[in-house]
Amino acid sequence: MSKQRQGLLITGDAPVQFTFEGQRFSGLPGDTLASALLANGQWLQSRSFKYHRPRGPLSLSGQDANTLVQLGPEPNVLADRTPLSEGLSASGQNYVGSLAKDGDSRLGFFGRFMPVGFYYRAFYKPRGIWDRWEKVIRKKAGLGVLDTQREAGYHDKQYLFCDIAVVGAGPAGLAAALRAADAGASVLLIEQDPYIGGSLAWHRYDVQGGAAAAMLADLRRVEAHPRIRTLTDATCNAWFADHYLPVIQGTRLYKVRAKQTVLASGALEQHVVFHNNDLPGIVLCSAAERMLALYGITPGNKALVLAGNDQSCRSALTLADAGVQVSAVVDMRASPDDPALLQALSERAIRYIPGHTVYSARGSGSQGRISQAEIRPITAPGEVGNTAETIDCDLLCMSSGYMPAWQLPCQAGAKLSYQDEVAGFRLSGQAAGVHLAGSVNNIFTAEAVVKDGERAAAAALAALGYDVDVPESVSCALRPNYDWPMFAHPKGKEFVDFDEDLQLRDIVNATRMGYRDIQLVKRFSTVGMGPSQGRHSALPTARLVAKATGRTISETGVTTARPPFAPEKVAHNAGRVLHPYRQTPMHHRHLEAGAHMVPVGDWQRPAYYGQPDQARHCIESEAMHVRNAVGLIDVGTLGKIELRGPDAAELLNRLYTASFDNMEIGSTRYAIMTNEHGVVIDDGVACRLGETHFYITATTSGVTRVYRAMTQWNAQWRLDVDILNVTGAFAAVNLAGPLSHKVLAAAGTDVDISAAGFPYLAYREGQVAGISARLMRVGFVGELGYEIHVPARYGEALWDALIKAGRAFGIKPFGVDTQRLLRLEKGHLIVGQDTDGMSHPGELNLNWAVDRKKPFFVGQRSVAIMKREQTQRHLVAFELPAGSETPAEGLLVLEGAEVSGKITSCAYSPTLDKVIGLAWASSAHKKPGSQIVIKSAGGEPLTATVVKLPFYDKALSRQEIQA
Amino acid sequence: MPFSLLKYGLRKDYPFEEDADIPSAHKLRDSYDVVIIGGGGHGVATAYYLAKYHGITNVAILEKGYLGGGNTARNTAVIRSNYLTPEGVRFYGASVELFQGLSNEFDFNIMYSRRGQLTLAHTESAVSAFRQRAEINTHYGGKSALIGPDEIRKLVPCLNMNPAHMPVLAGLWHIDGATARHDAVAWGFAKGATQRGVELHQLTEVTGVDVENGKVTGVQTNRGKVRCGCVVQAVAGHSALMAEKAGFRLPITVYPLQAMVTQPVKPFIDPLVSSPALHCYVQQTGRGEIVLGSGSDPYPLYNTRSTLPLKESLLSNAVALFPFMSQLRMLRQWAGITDITSDYSPIMGLSPVQGYYLDAGWGTWGFKSTPICGKTMAELVAGGGTVPDLIKPFSLERFERFAQINEMGATAASH
Repeated sequence: MSKQRQGLLITGDAPVQFTFEGQRFSGLPGDTLASALLANGQWLQSRSFKYHRPRGPLSLSGQDANTLVQLGPEPNVLADRTPLSEGLSASGQNYVGSLAKDGDSRLGFFGRFMPVGFYYRAFYKPRGIWDRWEKVIRKKAGLGVLDTQREAGYHDKQYLFCDIAVVGAGPAGLAAALRAADAGASVLLIEQDPYIGGSLAWHRYDVQGGAAAAMLADLRRVEAHPRIRTLTDATCNAWFADHYLPVIQGTRLYKVRAKQTVLASGALEQHVVFHNNDLPGIVLCSAAERMLALYGITPGNKALVLAGNDQSCRSALTLADAGVQVSAVVDMRASPDDPALLQALSERAIRYIPGHTVYSARGSGSQGRISQAEIRPITAPGEVGNTAETIDCDLLCMSSGYMPAWQLPCQAGAKLSYQDEVAGFRLSGQAAGVHLAGSVNNIFTAEAVVKDGERAAAAALAALGYDVDVPESVSCALRPNYDWPMFAHPKGKEFVDFDEDLQLRDIVNATRMGYRDIQLVKRFSTVGMGPSQGRHSALPTARLVAKATGRTISETGVTTARPPFAPEKVAHNAGRVLHPYRQTPMHHRHLEAGAHMVPVGDWQRPAYYGQPDQARHCIESEAMHVRNAVGLIDVGTLGKIELRGPDAAELLNRLYTASFDNMEIGSTRYAIMTNEHGVVIDDGVACRLGETHFYITATTSGVTRVYRAMTQWNAQWRLDVDILNVTGAFAAVNLAGPLSHKVLAAAGTDVDISAAGFPYLAYREGQVAGISARLMRVGFVGELGYEIHVPARYGEALWDALIKAGRAFGIKPFGVDTQRLLRLEKGHLIVGQDTDGMSHPGELNLNWAVDRKKPFFVGQRSVAIMKREQTQRHLVAFELPAGSETPAEGLLVLEGAEVSGKITSCAYSPTLDKVIGLAWASSAHKKPGSQIVIKSAGGEPLTATVVKLPFYDKALSRQEIQA
Repeated sequence: MPFSLLKYGLRKDYPFEEDADIPSAHKLRDSYDVVIIGGGGHGVATAYYLAKYHGITNVAILEKGYLGGGNTARNTAVIRSNYLTPEGVRFYGASVELFQGLSNEFDFNIMYSRRGQLTLAHTESAVSAFRQRAEINTHYGGKSALIGPDEIRKLVPCLNMNPAHMPVLAGLWHIDGATARHDAVAWGFAKGATQRGVELHQLTEVTGVDVENGKVTGVQTNRGKVRCGCVVQAVAGHSALMAEKAGFRLPITVYPLQAMVTQPVKPFIDPLVSSPALHCYVQQTGRGEIVLGSGSDPYPLYNTRSTLPLKESLLSNAVALFPFMSQLRMLRQWAGITDITSDYSPIMGLSPVQGYYLDAGWGTWGFKSTPICGKTMAELVAGGGTVPDLIKPFSLERFERFAQINEMGATAASH
């Protein structure tokens, strides 16, 4: 290129080197990959999905799938949204051979043998053959290639807050932002393009030209406004309920919380449907204008404009003024709305051909770029006469009108209705707090657009309580849509949907085959299912389906616009992919002691202390040590919830099966929670700290759910309770074993820990090793024990103090796997492990924990019914003699040939020297002495004896201080 | 190129009227032997089997929207039979068998694709639960096995074996796991049913159910009143609301279930992979898109809106399992409304209203039961209310007896 390119986005003149398809190219700073390729005359940038047709930019603004390329390891990257950088290397995708010589392009010749939905009609006879065809077809499907070795790059997220979010910084958005911010509101202005001004930056709004620039100069005030924050190159990809907006800029996802939303998201220019309308060099008028204004690219040498409105006629003027030879404006209409256009065209020696259309196009050369267009007179909607004229051209700019960018408004509840008088869709009925402005609202003249932006902002301000007058709705007399810009051709290839290679007859034939609803048309033909999600196919499809099925276009409608608006990387949603696990304050003490850590819910916990290949030995020796001396376990992962308020006891009464009314201050109570179906869903220990103050534990993995249920019910029942999930605020240990009271005494405590002063199941507060603590005398592992809870920041100090004080007594830490064995010996169940989604208290031997006199608790009715009914199954305790195989948890319990249950817990007990376990079995076998049959891993039956719980310490003496 | 495609290319005016899969709208008559409420997969399958095996063709399917537009259109097209209960394994096993023959039966390719399903266990308790499922499956003739990390690596080489600090300890490998073109299943059944004389009425909403002396006599619609001998209700997501019109209540809570899909890329993963612990499942469609699903929304809601938090958590977990998927681009996010029962099993069979048959409570697993459900519901109707053995355990009345079929562990995030 001899002359230096001048464009709004071109920021320098130092060449930027890059490669495409292995070939070296040079662009300029500010170029996108697509614009740099165009500047080098490289129009062919991709191959289509089905027929592998050559494709080049259509919108040059990221609104179509014609510029999808492979960018190194990244597939399906929009070249017209990719900033050019030094050394960038990209290639085409979805081809066999090369982009220029795609072996699969022959598929296009077979198009007639691939009618819409052809794959439903073939490939399955004889039975089984599909398995082979599928492999072939799968390889042909898909676009780019994913590099499965590639790690995620850095992506992050940030919250933003504002009074009013304005989506789109075109004239409507700019005017809205200024109006709102001038009144005092904080405004977040979100613009998808890298510049503000929208079409004012490149479109000619008047015949003379120049009006747009003057307007934009005025609106640029937003850049310095203290209450407006502008994000450019940022895409608002959805409207979620309550104005929750995901905005992607660079590698960041902004999560915006707005109080009001102004959607000034513009309109999508629409193409014309004619034979070969997809050739490289056939673009939307706006794309040609962008090439000139933004990148300084002369889009062609010999241009033809196919017009459906005055906007496209003005594009012809812009092209001519930029030195492009415009052979003709072929206008589908009989005349322009603005008569001054005829004069302006003739001044530039541009032929004006009204009432005609381009009927077909021909491509040539290695890129298949357009070289000729055949024009014909329009005789009736969609029909042409026989007189044809062929015009040479290397650029065809087309516009049949505009479709409001309906995606975000529809996500906000708006409905589309088709207005015959303007031949276009109109949006209405969006959620409260969402205001449409500008061309998305079918307003097209620049002055009216600005007014409409101000009106929308005023409406948003009024909703926020500002004392403002909201102007009447703005009207616009412009009619930019041509009502039937679709011309069937005997050879087909008049593309309605470029993404999916769908021709005019494909849409019509889908309806003829019985898929008449627009949703069925989509699902059968795949129209609108491609990467651009129907931006250009929705409007022509609605028109075609309406005509073919004899309904109105409004009745036909378009398919649902789901998020995201623009394709977004998975990485943006995944963010930094942080999967933090929680550690207790004693975590590094466990590591120092050689703990084998395992995930438990969100937490990391010691399973045991030692090497995994020694697991069984470690667990058994830790268990014996607790039984015979003293052990210490970190139980800080237990859920902990604090409840305060006059209704605290009442809330617990209604949520747990026990009664809390008469519970003494300074005592604890085992509490199980059931759901509406009477199923046990959590358990814990409730402590009464005061008349209106409780502290309750929950299972490690269940606490989030329990807390959520508590807050939900507290609100629903309108009880007066403050509920706080203090799981992370407290560290906790269980000091257990016959010597535990001695260790506690040695560590130093002001609590009376004598047998009488601190009986089993009591709760005390006091100092332990100088730390304020909450103490519970509970016996989950079946020995004398103290659960000690302290503020998390003292957790490590407590651990160290107890270990130090216990040294004289041989204290050893023990892990969660050891605890599981100990509690099994004691016959305590673990909710989640020994229960399933159907377990009722009665089946679990937990009827004792259900208060029969209370008027109500969640699940009470079901629990009562279950108690009356003969239950089919029961959780039983079983034993196998020492030396027998230890059946794995999950193995089945059989009743004849049928499955009657499964093993939930099973282990060899070193204390008892036998294999013990819990299992679901038929309730016929719940009596001690009964036999159950286990199907062993090898399939052999294994007969076990049902016994009474607990396995260990049936006299219940071990929980007391030993003499 | 298969020979069958030649005829389409060589016939000038294709498609002819007889090529239509679904006939145009009929006049709604004022009386039918059987009315099926709901033109989703289950409804049309019931009609198909009624016509095919029982010669009952005086049947109207009444659909308030379009054919297969509810959860048939919104599910993620997973077919499997690795359930947790004997009743479930038998039932879904029969469904998988029927699925395998449907393309040839319909003369319409539903693109049934047997890929195998791999469910990942990240904790010892999950390993035990999967062991139980594998044992129950094999006990009743199903095809499931508990496999170790080495075999998992071989099946899915691109899987991160230590995602989100949750090491993959084992997997439940279900070779019968499959997928199919979900819409095509409904279309195939509709094609077969209507060819045999069944009438499909789209845009026909049932607004009331007429019950006299405890027996159903007809329904009211936006197009007028229709009398009938019996009614089959198959309206997933709205079952409780429809039952209320018939005068009884269902033990169903409704939760939205969301899913999403990426742009298509060349094939890189064959099996369906799911991780219940990470609330994530993944499969690649025949078109090359990646379909991702998660657990249900946490609160009951009759709404198909999408939410950002679910998308964030699902995709972050997907990237933990497959780091390279971060390079994929999202195409769509959507939701369906699911009927959840307390035991995560369906409700099939008789209702308190005589002649009013229920097909409900399909939660997040309705698609995979479509053929067997249609077949057994048709038997129920043709037998005048004699409940086939296969669906006896799923009766509504089981809830009164608390004789529930607990499938909770086999449904979460592994559709």
